[in-house]
Amino acid sequence: MKRRSLFLNTTATMGFIFLYAPMIALVVYSFNKSKLVTVWGGWSLKWYGELFRNDQIIDAALLSFKIAFISASVAVVLGTMAGFVLSRFRRFRGKMLLAGWISAPLVMPEVITGLSLLLLFVAMEGAFGWPSGRGTSTIIIAHVTFCMAYVAVIVQSRLSQLDETLEEAAMDLGAKPSSLFFLVTLPLIMPAVISGWLLSFTMSLDDLVIASFVSGPGNSTLPMVIFSKVRLGVSPEVNALATLMIAVVAIGVIGAMYQMRRQAKLIEKQT
Amino acid sequence: MTSTSIIEPQSDIIAATSLKDSRLPLWKQAGAEPFLRIDSITKKFGEFTAVDNISLDIYKNELFCLLGGSGSGKSTLLRMLAGFESPTSGRIIIDGVDMAGIQPWKRPVNMMFQSYALFPHLSVEENVAFGLKREGLDRSEVKQRVAKMLDMVQLGHLGKRKPDQLSGGQRQRVALARSLVKRPKLLLLDEPLGALDKKLREETQFELIRIQEELGVTFVVVTHDQEEAMTLASRIGVMNHGLIVQTAEPHDVYEYPNSRFVAEFIGSVNLFEGVVIEDLPDSVRIDSKDAGAILYVNHGISCAPNQKVHVALRPEKTQISKEKPEQAENCIRGVIEEIAYMGSLSVYRVRLPSGKEVRVTQPNTTRELGARLTWNDEVYLFWDVDSSVVLTS
Repeated sequence: MKRRSLFLNTTATMGFIFLYAPMIALVVYSFNKSKLVTVWGGWSLKWYGELFRNDQIIDAALLSFKIAFISASVAVVLGTMAGFVLSRFRRFRGKMLLAGWISAPLVMPEVITGLSLLLLFVAMEGAFGWPSGRGTSTIIIAHVTFCMAYVAVIVQSRLSQLDETLEEAAMDLGAKPSSLFFLVTLPLIMPAVISGWLLSFTMSLDDLVIASFVSGPGNSTLPMVIFSKVRLGVSPEVNALATLMIAVVAIGVIGAMYQMRRQAKLIEKQT
Repeated sequence: MTSTSIIEPQSDIIAATSLKDSRLPLWKQAGAEPFLRIDSITKKFGEFTAVDNISLDIYKNELFCLLGGSGSGKSTLLRMLAGFESPTSGRIIIDGVDMAGIQPWKRPVNMMFQSYALFPHLSVEENVAFGLKREGLDRSEVKQRVAKMLDMVQLGHLGKRKPDQLSGGQRQRVALARSLVKRPKLLLLDEPLGALDKKLREETQFELIRIQEELGVTFVVVTHDQEEAMTLASRIGVMNHGLIVQTAEPHDVYEYPNSRFVAEFIGSVNLFEGVVIEDLPDSVRIDSKDAGAILYVNHGISCAPNQKVHVALRPEKTQISKEKPEQAENCIRGVIEEIAYMGSLSVYRVRLPSGKEVRVTQPNTTRELGARLTWNDEVYLFWDVDSSVVLTS
């Protein structure tokens, strides 16, 4: 094995400290007994108990999970379709437009996405009376909009790596294009679809800016509740909540990474 | 030349004897019905003409090889037969049915892909069963036919494996089984042996021929490998720039190439440029500066006097000797420049006084034969009058 240099070791250590020290501090302080966030008063699970008795936070968390689940599921279906169209159809009218539309949410500042969606919802309400007011459904629509862009990009890149002769072989063996998609294409891009879902779920759970624009009264998501609580002074139960969220997000990200790695291995084996 | 048709039995003598003679191959029988008729097919991609007005008849139980380099249009032609590309003009008729507008999944044709295109998420059995399930056959029949087919390609014991757990040769056999299990009328094979190593190729070639004879399926094989084409094919169609240059049996393609392209593409050949100086019905004399001699060929050609032609001579039909041979015709001198000893045979590169280089291969029939000639030896090269061919194009 090659010996690592001192420089590399130092860089790696510094990197890990910068990235993970704040999180570790947060996790440790979530088990703090003291009422003051900054003073250590011994180990305790007290704030987790407080957290679960706080209906406002629990409701917000349940709402956030519900929104994340629905948006991720819808985004996966729409995003897969968009990715399929982008990689499989040869030139068609509006392809550039579609490709641009897919990448726009990736590069657009969230504030602008949020604001433009808010304007759209208000205009639509004025024109057809739907959506009446803003709430869960408008947050879901907004989240689907930017999540499906990520799904489309992931699916498209997987599809472009996929050997097209596999689809031709399926057709040759008597599969119509409709059944061909479910029998061959979908199973082969499944890892990308799953990691797209996980990514969408995490991003929806994480989103504060866009949700703030398009949510209505009584429909605060978890990040919105945390943010408003923190503004009034940090309560230790927020630490406990943040620790749980880190756990959920970490599981999601590790799952996505695992899927990606499996996918990469599959491609390696094919070629 | 715009189109090339097969050598049809138009000569009266053949037609008279071949009628109803089942010993003759179908393509030599007058009035035999072709199984696959390719009728003036053209395929253009934008400005580029990939397949240029090809007409070709292929008969039942044939193993027809389309042989050509990359970009010769052979794969495009195959893809049109499978239905993945639609021709710009012309018709494809399989077993009497015009294929125009018939989608790939409805054609009585299956294809074995160059990359094999096995479904990586399905096991060997599921791969082979894929086509049968699409036909809506009941489970027991699917199972039985899959098992039988896997036994035929000697993979019965590996049915549960995934494609990535198989060797190259095994994958090739799974791909073959998968394309044959639907009992297609026509099987298309795209470079079937391309990915196999040399030893496996030779075994598989004979395996393919055995299976083809056993099942009586008509095969159309695309390949760039002339050796593969020679061993496999009942007939070869040599393609170049979207055209079929020559269609004939392997023996005829090798021994009687109709053009310089075919002569040089299949095997190696020495070409002597020359001018016709005596044109008799059954023989010609050609004055060749390349060879530095007047060459005599004992078959007639149709050409104008003083026309520039090429005399093609295969390296293995050329004799090499230090002693002057008895024959006076077709004997030239040169100096051995290089020798490659290859065990069963030796290859000599001989430089003629004209500067032309000639390749000669000699079988080493005795142990000492190869040692007798050495570098810088002055040698005589000579050949029989019926060994060489005159090429006018």
